[in-house]
This record gives sequence, structure tokens and C-alpha cells, in this order.
Amino acid sequence: MRELQDEAKLRMPWQDVILQTSVRILIPFIQLFGLYVIVHGHYSPGGGFQGGVILGSAIILMALVFGLPASKHYISENTNKVLSVLGPLVYCGVGALCILCGGYFLEYSALNTIVPLGEIQWHSMGIFLVEVGVGIGVMSIMIRIYRVLSSAGTIDQGL
Amino acid sequence: MSLLSWIVTFFLMAGVFFFIVGSVGILRFPDFYSRLHAAGKCDTLATALVLGAVALFGLRDFDWNSFQSWENLRVSLKVMMIVLFVYVASPSATHAITKAAFIVGVEPWEKRKRNR
Repeated sequence: MRELQDEAKLRMPWQDVILQTSVRILIPFIQLFGLYVIVHGHYSPGGGFQGGVILGSAIILMALVFGLPASKHYISENTNKVLSVLGPLVYCGVGALCILCGGYFLEYSALNTIVPLGEIQWHSMGIFLVEVGVGIGVMSIMIRIYRVLSSAGTIDQGL
Repeated sequence: MSLLSWIVTFFLMAGVFFFIVGSVGILRFPDFYSRLHAAGKCDTLATALVLGAVALFGLRDFDWNSFQSWENLRVSLKVMMIVLFVYVASPSATHAITKAAFIVGVEPWEKRKRNR
């Protein structure tokens, strides 16, 4: 018992074949479900925040099982910073574009003057664009919070 | 009652039975490892049985020509995807918790205490 415990302590926590295999199977489906929750958000429960959290949790799961450097190889810190700025930019950009087209802030039917899809269709499409922005922002901020908290501020080694 | 209702009822009863067995195991087993054993195994099987019953119940009155039947079939397929997810995720989560407890040094229960 004691020897087995010492041997398990010597290994890094992400050298576990069972967890690695199951997580490798699960991560694509988790990401697909996150995209589904974002895209299907205005018909069913869900939306940008929930889908973004699911997308972020896939990366957090990868960081838990394969180690923080592996997840940084997948989404680097610079990419994450760019994404965390891009999310609010998409949100505010859609809103500001509505103002430029002569409507109020986030009045999507004004966007009909740029791309003539029809005003009713733009109500759905504009909400979808805003949800995508929210999803990107929430995903990158979730990943960022996990990385900072798990490595005590230095984002090189951690859980 | 039709045949499908009997099958659905059987699956639901079996699922509830395994849930009850798992709960009794969590309450009555002596130490951490055996409790997790009860929780992980029974909950996985019971979830699969109950959700399988739900998916089958969505297929009642299936009609090839009605749109609503195909919508119900889609919902049933989604429920079966949840079953697959639980089948992969729940045992590996139990494995992770057990291994963490093992590394930290939780002693397994023995009937007679070893003299050390």
C-alpha cells in the first residue's frame, strides 16, 4: 500500500491512461455541444453565456488531465487575450453598426440597409451574432480565470 | 397496456432499483473506496436504464407520415447521447476521485486491523 502510494506520487498527475483516453474521446463532443448551445440559444434553453462556459470547460478539462502546458499548446496565452478582446468587440460592434445604419443601439432591423435579408430575419440573425460574441468572450475569460488561479499567477506550471 | 408500455415500465423499475441499491451502498458501506464503488457503478447503470426508458417512451405511437413522430425520434436520439456521455464520463470521474484519495493517503477499510 505505502509503496504503491509513493509510486503514484512520483508520477505527474496527468500521466493517467484512463482519464486521458476518456477525455480525448469526450472533448470534441463537449465542444460540439457548446456550439450547439450557442447556435440554438434563441429557440431552447441556452445562449452565449452557457455555451461559452461549456466551450471553456472543455479546455479546462484538457488542462486538468493533460497539464497546463498542453492546453497552452492548444490555445496559447496570446490567442486567449485576442479572443477575450474579440468577444466584447463583436458585441459592441454589432450594436454600433446598428447605430451607424440609423437605428438605436442593438436595433437589429436597421442592419437591413447593409445586407437586405428582411427585417424579421435580421432580428434572429443579430441576436445570433451577439450571442457568438458573448460566447467567445466568456470562453476565453473562463480559461484565463482557471489558468491564473491554478498556477498562482504565473501561467507556466499548474494543475 | 401495450407491449412498449410494459418494456418502459420494466426499464424504469430496474433503474429505480439500481438507484436505491446505490443509495443504500453509499450510506452503509464502511469506507470511502467502497462507497465510491457503489456510487459510480449503480448510478451509471441506473441512469442508462431510466434514460433508455424515457427514449423508448418518446417512440410511442410512431407514425412514418407524421412530422411530430420524427421530432420525438430526434429527442430520443439526444437522450441516448446523454446515456453515452454518462457511460464514458461517470466511471472515469469516479476513477479520478479514487486515485486522488489514494495519492493523498486514505486508508482502505479492513475487517481486522493490521498490527503495524
